[in-house]
Amino acid sequence: MLAKRLIACLDVRDGSVVKGVQFEDLARAGDPAALARRYNVEGIDELVILDVTATIEKRRALDATLRAVSAELFIPLAVGGGIRSEDDAAAAIDAGADKVALNSAALDDPSLVTRLASRYGSQAVIVAIDAKRDSERPAEPAPIAPRPAPLAPRSARYSVFSRSGSTRTPREAIEWAREAADRGAGEILLTSIDRDGTRSGFDCELTAAVSSAVPIPVIASGGAGTFEHFFDVFTAGRADAALAASVFHFSEHAISELKGYLHARGIPVRLDARTSQSPASNPEPPC
Amino acid sequence: MIALVDYGAGNLTSVRKALNAVDAKFFSPASPAELAGARGVIVPGVGHFAATQKLDEDWRAAILSTIEAGKPLLGICLGLQYLFEGSTEAPSVPGLGILKGRCTLLPPTQKVPHVGWNDLRIVRTSRLLAGIPGGSSVYFTHSYAAPVTDACVAATDYTAPFAAVVESGNVFGVQFHPEKSGEVGLNLLRSFASFTSLASPC
Repeated sequence: MLAKRLIACLDVRDGSVVKGVQFEDLARAGDPAALARRYNVEGIDELVILDVTATIEKRRALDATLRAVSAELFIPLAVGGGIRSEDDAAAAIDAGADKVALNSAALDDPSLVTRLASRYGSQAVIVAIDAKRDSERPAEPAPIAPRPAPLAPRSARYSVFSRSGSTRTPREAIEWAREAADRGAGEILLTSIDRDGTRSGFDCELTAAVSSAVPIPVIASGGAGTFEHFFDVFTAGRADAALAASVFHFSEHAISELKGYLHARGIPVRLDARTSQSPASNPEPPC
Repeated sequence: MIALVDYGAGNLTSVRKALNAVDAKFFSPASPAELAGARGVIVPGVGHFAATQKLDEDWRAAILSTIEAGKPLLGICLGLQYLFEGSTEAPSVPGLGILKGRCTLLPPTQKVPHVGWNDLRIVRTSRLLAGIPGGSSVYFTHSYAAPVTDACVAATDYTAPFAAVVESGNVFGVQFHPEKSGEVGLNLLRSFASFTSLASPC
């Protein structure tokens, strides 16, 4: 059965992890490769490295980070933050990223999605959408003539924001997700600005609306605080994957404990990460 | 040395890193003639079946002659599909035809593409899967898939069962990405590399 994926996000600045740090000793070292290794042992299904480096001059550190992580980590590795052009994407992929996440760059130039999908395949292109629930529905002009009723009335409208959530765009999240999929995106990384950092749970209504609207996987992000939040987003939220950073602070075994919790509640997860090693190198019996 | 055929269908950085991690010696041949010196061949690839058209008649002939010489060949993802007679994704583009059957779109009763970790259901014993237990999770990303035929040694069940691993003599194929499937994938690549060390160059 296709497993629901748990994805850890490492915020990396100038080659060091700045947030989403689970282990105190590694946190001090700030070494993304060491953290990635630890998450891998715990059974994480995929990693996202979010580059929050402020200046272009220092972005070379990202390549070094990607090379170090991908040299020893054989699970999918995505990179986001600061992918502005085809050249940026090519550099990240050459350094070892399997997928690039486009956000503002895709909004500025949607054809970038198609160009990258043609060059590397759709599986390499994630469109990241930062969405915020509109506080009130925008006033609509009075119809000149009677209009047909909308096919699926929606209870909420979500605006897409760019520039790390600082700039409201005219786009609506569900429509943008559909367009991104049409243009060749392989996955949608959907972040709820309202929930991000709150630990109050994923926005299941937003996630379900987008996930139902597109034929490609949706990764939910923003709001993870408890194990139950993951259960909710995989059921009510219809998410294919969930991304988190700080929730994995809770305990050293948060990922494997979370997987055990989800498994016990009937959510398909990948459990054999540590038991599937070759018998020669791992004499422990499977647990 | 293993010939890692780079025909431009996707990025091979991850495959190269995984081969390095299992200490497999490999090179990317610049011409079909260079396949003659290889002890084995890997045909990787992601994307549209039409991308395999870049493997022209000379490449096809060189790949087929390495198989006839008894050298191990591993197709990965699109490379597995290429072992079959063709695909409905590009009906006019012939596959190698080493294995009977055609690849088809997965029935879209759930999301297609099929992306993520799914289980191997072992159908029969095989050399490639030695030491890899049934139920092992591996990483997939694809929309088209090969049928479950006599060559299938492990199937995966998604919207329909499909061939996750095929094996026929010295010809092997995996629909998933061993380079992204953790220890299971590395073990499989290690096994394949060990087969190539037994084969001799022509």
